[in-house]
Amino acid sequence: MLNKYPMWKNLMVIIIIAVGAFYAIPNLFGEDHAVQIVATRGAEVNVSTQTQVNEILSAKGIAVKRSELENGQLLVRVANAEQQLLAKETIADSLGDKYIVALNLAPATPQWLESMGGSPMKLGLDLRGGVHFLMEVDMSEAIRKMTEAKISDFRSDLRSEKIRYAGIRNTPKGIEIKFRDADNLAKAEQFLRTRSNDMVFTDITSGDDYQLLASMSEVYLKQIKEEALQQNITTLRNRVNELGVAEPVVQRQGAERIIVELPGVQDTARAKDILGATASIEFHMVDEKADAAAIASGRIAASSQIYERRQGGQVALQKAVMLTGDHIQGAQPSFDEYSRPQVSINLDSKGGSIFSNVTKDNIGKPMATLFIEYKDNGAKNPDGSVKMDKIEEVISVATIQARLGRNFVITGLDHSEAQNLALLLRAGALIAPVSIVEERTIGPSLGAENIENGVQAMIWGMAVVLIFMLVYYRGFGLIANLALTANLVMVVGVMSMIPGAVLTLPGIAGMVLTVGMAVDGNVLIYERIREELRAGRSVQQAIHEGYGNAFSTIADANITTFMTALILFAVGTGAVKGFAVTLMIGIATSMFTAIVGTRSIVNAIWGGKRVKKLSI
Amino acid sequence: MFQILSIKGTINFLRHAVPISILSLILVIGSLSSLAVKGINWGLDFTGGTVVEMEFTQAVDLNKLRSVLTSDETDGALVQNFGSSRDVLIRLPVKEGVKSDLQVEHVMEAASAVDPSVMQKRVEFVGPQVGKELAEQGGLAVLVALICILIYVSFRFEWRLAMGSVAALAHDVIVTLGVFSVFQLEFDLTVLAGVLTVVGYSLNDTIVVFDRIRENFLKMRKATPEEVVNTSITQTMSRTIITTGTTLVVVVALFLKGGTMIHGFATALLMGIFVGTFSSIYVASFLAIKLGINREHMMPVEIEKEGADQDALMP
Repeated sequence: MLNKYPMWKNLMVIIIIAVGAFYAIPNLFGEDHAVQIVATRGAEVNVSTQTQVNEILSAKGIAVKRSELENGQLLVRVANAEQQLLAKETIADSLGDKYIVALNLAPATPQWLESMGGSPMKLGLDLRGGVHFLMEVDMSEAIRKMTEAKISDFRSDLRSEKIRYAGIRNTPKGIEIKFRDADNLAKAEQFLRTRSNDMVFTDITSGDDYQLLASMSEVYLKQIKEEALQQNITTLRNRVNELGVAEPVVQRQGAERIIVELPGVQDTARAKDILGATASIEFHMVDEKADAAAIASGRIAASSQIYERRQGGQVALQKAVMLTGDHIQGAQPSFDEYSRPQVSINLDSKGGSIFSNVTKDNIGKPMATLFIEYKDNGAKNPDGSVKMDKIEEVISVATIQARLGRNFVITGLDHSEAQNLALLLRAGALIAPVSIVEERTIGPSLGAENIENGVQAMIWGMAVVLIFMLVYYRGFGLIANLALTANLVMVVGVMSMIPGAVLTLPGIAGMVLTVGMAVDGNVLIYERIREELRAGRSVQQAIHEGYGNAFSTIADANITTFMTALILFAVGTGAVKGFAVTLMIGIATSMFTAIVGTRSIVNAIWGGKRVKKLSI
Repeated sequence: MFQILSIKGTINFLRHAVPISILSLILVIGSLSSLAVKGINWGLDFTGGTVVEMEFTQAVDLNKLRSVLTSDETDGALVQNFGSSRDVLIRLPVKEGVKSDLQVEHVMEAASAVDPSVMQKRVEFVGPQVGKELAEQGGLAVLVALICILIYVSFRFEWRLAMGSVAALAHDVIVTLGVFSVFQLEFDLTVLAGVLTVVGYSLNDTIVVFDRIRENFLKMRKATPEEVVNTSITQTMSRTIITTGTTLVVVVALFLKGGTMIHGFATALLMGIFVGTFSSIYVASFLAIKLGINREHMMPVEIEKEGADQDALMP
């Protein structure tokens, strides 16, 4: 029979719309002011923390709306912004610095809804305020570091194999290893080839100049870059956590860039200091053969280098690194018995065994802690990337008293330096320096204004469209309006369901635009039905033909729009991506509601009956 | 039934095709020459630089503000109102050896000299390298979109129609860019999004007309291609007017109510909707006719059984 939907089709329509509506519901509840508590290294947030926090707050007279313990973090909801601030300070004071206490806005979705996976749409930074950083990793520095490590590997390898070499140096073409004769060169080449297969060795001997050139293979270079990026992401993530920001985002973009988003952050200067500071430490033995006179004249062994001391003066250190900051697991600022600031450090097991080995052999000798920091000096390289200054300073020289294990202390810093160093060490070192290449800060008031504007535009646009459709198509117009409303609810529902989807200001614009364009499907169908009626077809026939004929048009038109949205998604960044996402979802849902959704209502009302006149 | 248009018979759209096509051509050439001479007023997203948006407690004299922005760091700053007379937007170019933080600091200092309770609403800094990459990507995106559409329409319809639709799209993109160039409106990332949306929207219109052309070629056995095109455009006219109308309404709502941050986006769409509707008739269809489209091109391809023929999308 014409214009009758089978039961399953009607049910499908109802179920799909109902699911969409269900997941749109959490957006109606708004947000609670909340305080988020996360543990840093060495601490844990558990049930006892929860009771402790609840007690602290009730002692202060702050009513807790709800307190949730999830994934090792505690979320405490309070009534308003004032109480939130007070709660944060109170908790931070009494818990101490092993915990990060941050302000947060938590969705006020009821628990039963949340347990079914319901959550509101995530708002982009342009809607809730905050800062967005795009950081670039200095890959040349990562490669330089690896090259140096290779050079020292070659040295020790050749020495242990008793192959004599005349010198190793780093050149733009690669690592050049010099030999006195062809025999040694041949032996070295054969040996090194089997030892490091990530390097490419070429014999560049000319005349009496026996030289071997070692350069990194493409695969190895790529691997270094990949690792540098991954390690930096991890490090930045740790640092962002130290900032105490709720729901931060740290994401890679392309081969060399990292996106960091900190919602609600106002103190951008501090954020930048912490994120951009690329400090690390290295431990070196002091070159005892180089006395003050030798340092002053610069005549020291090739294996040593002169460094400035933070306290003033210079000191020569052996180039060989005993231990790098990578092995540091924890670092806490504290005070020694003379209440001088110090940083207690504990190492991972590998670092511990390296360190215990080298200190065992060097008891009674002086060891220096070298502090390395990269600072953005504002200048640019010729290719437009930011130039970084490398600052190296010896922060302490101490005599190794005994074999050191996994735990030891560094002294010789002032109070704030100890604090900062501990923080940076705890967060891990950046393998290569990063620089901020893009920064966007949106004030919270502007965010609220943006939402307000978007919603206003939506209401006005939608109202006019709804009224027009109702007046112009009457009964069928009402059906189209139902479809349009269902469509909007579904867009919101789908946006809330997709974990990665973020609503931005252009995203709202996308929704508004969907409202305007979504009626196109129904307009096409209805105009077609009118045409068929004019051509003298029966009512049932006209409905059937109208829907049938309009279908391929709607499909073609929407598929092409979808393609452009997809391309926009691929090239766009941040807010524009948000627009592309809402547009794509809008196209999909509007096709569904305009074709299948309205059809099931039309069928239910007019289908399979004797109808003389249509309300269209 | 209530109707905006009640059309009796067929309107001879193509009668005006030649003069209107010439007008189109003039528009395109005008746009291209403006793009060549004046270029586009690239926004921060593409050039790099720093933007500071601030809100003063009362209307502020821009000249006074300009006169205090004279330090080396803030030299070359562009000061303009943004939305209201209390909101001010300051654009600073990228400067060799000057950190963006320092620029922002100087700007805020100068602003608080004019009004101590001025509020900083937004700060954006984009490195020149990032901007350049973005501009290249944006251009590429528009190109890729056009090529994809060319392929899709060729596959679903016919190459002459595909050429027509792509010409119409290129026409819309060029004229929209031309308007941005002539009036030196700022072209930022949201405008690029707008231009791509115009591509999608304009294509929507073109496809609706083409779909009808294909159908009518098969129905109207004895008609000339011109008659078929005229009939098709006439039949889809009321749909075109209604859809254009509703889309226009929401875009106007966005333009008026959506706030200053998406003004550029709304402007691009506004332009695109007008040009796009017009080009689907006079550029796309007309070019297809000039390329010699006729009934034979529209005959369904004979494919033996289970072929992916054109009815595959029908329910």
